[in-house]
Amino acid sequence: MKSILKVFILTASISTQRYKTVTIKEIEWKSYVKITGGIKLDKISTWLMGIYQSYYDALVPDKRYLAYIQGIKATILISLLAIALGVVIGIIVAVIKVSANNSKAKFLVSICNIYITVIRGTPVMVQLLIIYNLIFTSRNTNEIVVGAVCFGINSGAYVAEIIRAGIESIDRGQMEAGRSLGLNHIQTMRLIILPQAVRNILPALGNELIVLIKETSVAGYIAVTDLAKAAQYVGSRTWVILPPLVIAAACYLVMTIGLTKLLSIYERRLARGDRH
Amino acid sequence: MIVTKNLQKAFGPIKVLNGIDETIQKGEKVVVIGPSGSGKSTFLRCLNLLEVPTGGEIWFEGNNITDKKTDINKLRSKMGMVFQQFNLFPHLSVLENITLAPVKLGLMTKDEAIQKAMELLKRIGLTEKANAYPNQLSGGQKQRIAIIRALAMNPDVMLFDEPTSALDPEMVGEVLDLMAQLADEGMTMVVVTHEMRFAKKVATRILFMDEGKIVEQNTPDEFFNHPAHPRLQEFLSKIL
Repeated sequence: MKSILKVFILTASISTQRYKTVTIKEIEWKSYVKITGGIKLDKISTWLMGIYQSYYDALVPDKRYLAYIQGIKATILISLLAIALGVVIGIIVAVIKVSANNSKAKFLVSICNIYITVIRGTPVMVQLLIIYNLIFTSRNTNEIVVGAVCFGINSGAYVAEIIRAGIESIDRGQMEAGRSLGLNHIQTMRLIILPQAVRNILPALGNELIVLIKETSVAGYIAVTDLAKAAQYVGSRTWVILPPLVIAAACYLVMTIGLTKLLSIYERRLARGDRH
Repeated sequence: MIVTKNLQKAFGPIKVLNGIDETIQKGEKVVVIGPSGSGKSTFLRCLNLLEVPTGGEIWFEGNNITDKKTDINKLRSKMGMVFQQFNLFPHLSVLENITLAPVKLGLMTKDEAIQKAMELLKRIGLTEKANAYPNQLSGGQKQRIAIIRALAMNPDVMLFDEPTSALDPEMVGEVLDLMAQLADEGMTMVVVTHEMRFAKKVATRILFMDEGKIVEQNTPDEFFNHPAHPRLQEFLSKIL
């Protein structure tokens, strides 16, 4: 505080006595630069050191990085299981919805419609808590499995609608051609319609998978130590919550970018038949 | 071989087929012609149940295929079908298009199916296209591949639904030539077409349909030279 005051007085005197006391002024000018520069550098380096320290604290002491790795493992595990389950549910629901042609199938279709309406109309976090408390009440349930099942059921509703759109985008003649060769409905779906549908819907499906990965961050509500929960845990130990959250965000970003890249490679491979 | 009894088909309130009684013998080459909207394509598509009739019966090789208990997939594998829009599978190579059904239905091993496919490709002079994808082919090539895809199943009858209508004029010939070859070999064929020259040359019998009924049928010679029904006379006067 004292030095700032001194600088203020100095600058005032420089501006008034500029031409009179050149020699004195120059000496004092140098000291002015020294003082103010020192303050600035000091401030920036302290600030940087603080940031470095907080991220260091959030990562290294007590092997805290292990917490993130455990969290990433849980997040990836939940996501992969949920994606697999979601795609299976999605395909089944979509095929039922586009294939229905008699009264027994109409009943199945209305079940599928109720499923889609309920799942899409309620928050995933509430679904997660309901499934955890209502269905898996046993003490020794594996929370990761519960989470995967819940997110899979949730994702299935969205995937079903995406796949249905994909199936409907395929020309009716493809089904007729398959059937006319003696393949049955399911075989034609599996061998002819779905492979073409998947190619058409891959961007939309990729989007849904990315949403799914991010949505697993609420798994902490059922005591799964996923990536988001691990970050909160570290923050509660270091008393600085922001750095662990930023680290977690970066990890999510890397995962979703990786998935996007994988999907675009797959998309290019599927597009081979399109070349003219 | 194929018998239809009072075959009817309606789409909602619109009646497309109004009772067709027809018998197609083994070895016959039946050409169906008629104005658009006369129900000729629907008739053909009913024969292998791509359209489910709303009335009447269809018998194929002694089986009532309109009976729900009949295994229609098995019977369909004996009836080859060729479409106006080719309907090749764009995600599969030419070879996979041809071998898919015989292998998946367990009729042939993969090696047998590939051997058969290569024989058929050789026959139409397209062996070098075996690993090409359908989008890399011309319309005439696509339709000829669609024909041999159906032939790979060793069908007893071939159904053609306006096979040349979506082709450029200069490619019509190669497809019709292949169909004429099949006819010469004794394949039973039912062809819906607008190609009158093909009908004259290849058909053993021509059916004329109008408003969901077979109005007249005869040998090509009588059919074109001495049409009896006024509707047929009018139709022929417009197209010839």
